[in-house]
Amino acid sequence: MKPPPFAYHAPRDLGEALRTLAEVRGKVLAGGQSLIPMLNMRLAEPSDLVDINRVAGLDRLERTADGVVVGATVRHADAERARAHPLLTRALKLVAHPVIRNRGTVVGSLAHADPAAELPAVLAVLGGHVRVARWDGGVAVRDVPAAGFFAGPMEPAIEPGELAVSAFFPALRPGTGSAFLEIARRHGDYALAGVCAVVTVDDGRVATARAACIGVGPVPVVVDVGPACTGRPPGEADWAGAAALVREAAEPEDDIHATAAYRGHLVGVLAERALRDAAREGAAARAG
Amino acid sequence: MRDETRFEITVTVNGAARRLRVPARRLLSDCLRHDLGLTGTHVGCEHGVCGCCTVLLDGRPVRSCLTFAVTVDGSKITTVEGLAPGDGRLSPVQRAFAECHGLQCGFCTPGFLCTVTALLADNPAPTEDEVLEGISGNLCRCTGYQNIVKAVHRAAELRAEES
Ligand SMILES: Cc1cc2nc3c(=O)[nH]c(=O)nc-3n(C[C@H](O)[C@H](O)[C@H](O)COP(=O)(O)OP(=O)(O)OC[C@H]3O[C@@H](n4cnc5c(N)ncnc54)[C@H](O)[C@@H]3O)c2cc1C
Ligand code: FES
Ligand code: FES
Repeated sequence: MKPPPFAYHAPRDLGEALRTLAEVRGKVLAGGQSLIPMLNMRLAEPSDLVDINRVAGLDRLERTADGVVVGATVRHADAERARAHPLLTRALKLVAHPVIRNRGTVVGSLAHADPAAELPAVLAVLGGHVRVARWDGGVAVRDVPAAGFFAGPMEPAIEPGELAVSAFFPALRPGTGSAFLEIARRHGDYALAGVCAVVTVDDGRVATARAACIGVGPVPVVVDVGPACTGRPPGEADWAGAAALVREAAEPEDDIHATAAYRGHLVGVLAERALRDAAREGAAARAG
Repeated sequence: MRDETRFEITVTVNGAARRLRVPARRLLSDCLRHDLGLTGTHVGCEHGVCGCCTVLLDGRPVRSCLTFAVTVDGSKITTVEGLAPGDGRLSPVQRAFAECHGLQCGFCTPGFLCTVTALLADNPAPTEDEVLEGISGNLCRCTGYQNIVKAVHRAAELRAEES
């Protein structure tokens, strides 16, 4: 099918983009890898599209000691090649196919806020934030923490007239390992369920452990599994108990792809594996 | 009818500069096929799943069905029609597909050829896993993929021999 007609805007700088958005309240076009399928299928009929691909300065990826800032037009493929953050790099390899990743953007995946998408879980488990800008006589920005950014399925906390300009992924502390595991029906499809885990090992013992799940709730489900496993060496921690906490927090639902019970089972199995993998990597990082 | 303003764009398609006027909603796939008559680029699903419409945009493979023509103003595009070197011979990837029977009906072939051309430019000697990952976004309903995988490895050999 073909996309419906829309008025097209291609601003060249951030101020112009924000003024246009303030005026027309249109949809933002980034990589188009979710928006254009929706237009082609006529699931969306926005009156205006504001193409941000030519806006200067949004294509920067900056690495600092604190973490990585990814600008709104940084493509998945470029973020993957930059290898700026181990968990982000891992997760990117799970997003769709390489060809889709040549166009899709990291920030677009966050703004799309699909409950089965990988990158929202990464932002959530790391406690990162999204920088959102609007026009208020000048460029006004606010940082929205991941915990408040994913308000519901496909519902990011971006108000009409606002643009997500970048996302901040906090760096992993020393002695921290990460993992992202998922099960999809076909390679490159959205996952039925997935879990990313971040575990810090200090003095040979698990100090902190967190997991975030996809496909089993309206938004990424973040679980602090510390109560089940901290204080013990990674090899002796109760990872099964930690996985049970994750399973309890998950709210899987039935759909045509899988039953809720199957999704719940998957998330438990994946959580245990991901937490063990992350702990092993954390211990090795500390030793190394 | 809503406003259907046309935008003037200039794109270099298979080495030739083309100037045309397109409505904003014109998909690059339709622009290539209908406006430029380059029907080698096939359209299967129009939502990014089948990979038949894959073309090279500034050297990188992209879905032309998920790209608006107006957004690629000023870019270089290579379609399946532009893969052969132009001396009457086929490119190494095209010859490998013919030699290894990497196609039957041919509907998926333009997408595979563009994807594999970029894959080998990026990674001239891919492992089996890298080949599978590289073509995972392209569907073929005929061949069962085995001969396509063989063709990718063969194309890598041909490229190496000829360089
Ligand atoms: C075949 C296929 C398989 C896929 N598989 C996966 C998968 O496994 N996992 C996965 O996570 N995704 C998958 N996707 C979805 C897709 O890769 C991403 O959702 C997409 O790339 C999002 O980024 P984009 O830049 O393309 O966003 P666009 O499509 O341009 O935009 C998506 C939405 O976000 C809004 N938006 C984008 N950028 C901004 C911004 N800066 N500020 C405000 N709003 C913004 C848009 O208005 C729109 O509503 C798949 C897509 C396809 C076609
Ligand atoms: S037609 Fe573009 S991916 Fe199927
Ligand atoms: S050869 Fe027929 S679809 Fe691939």
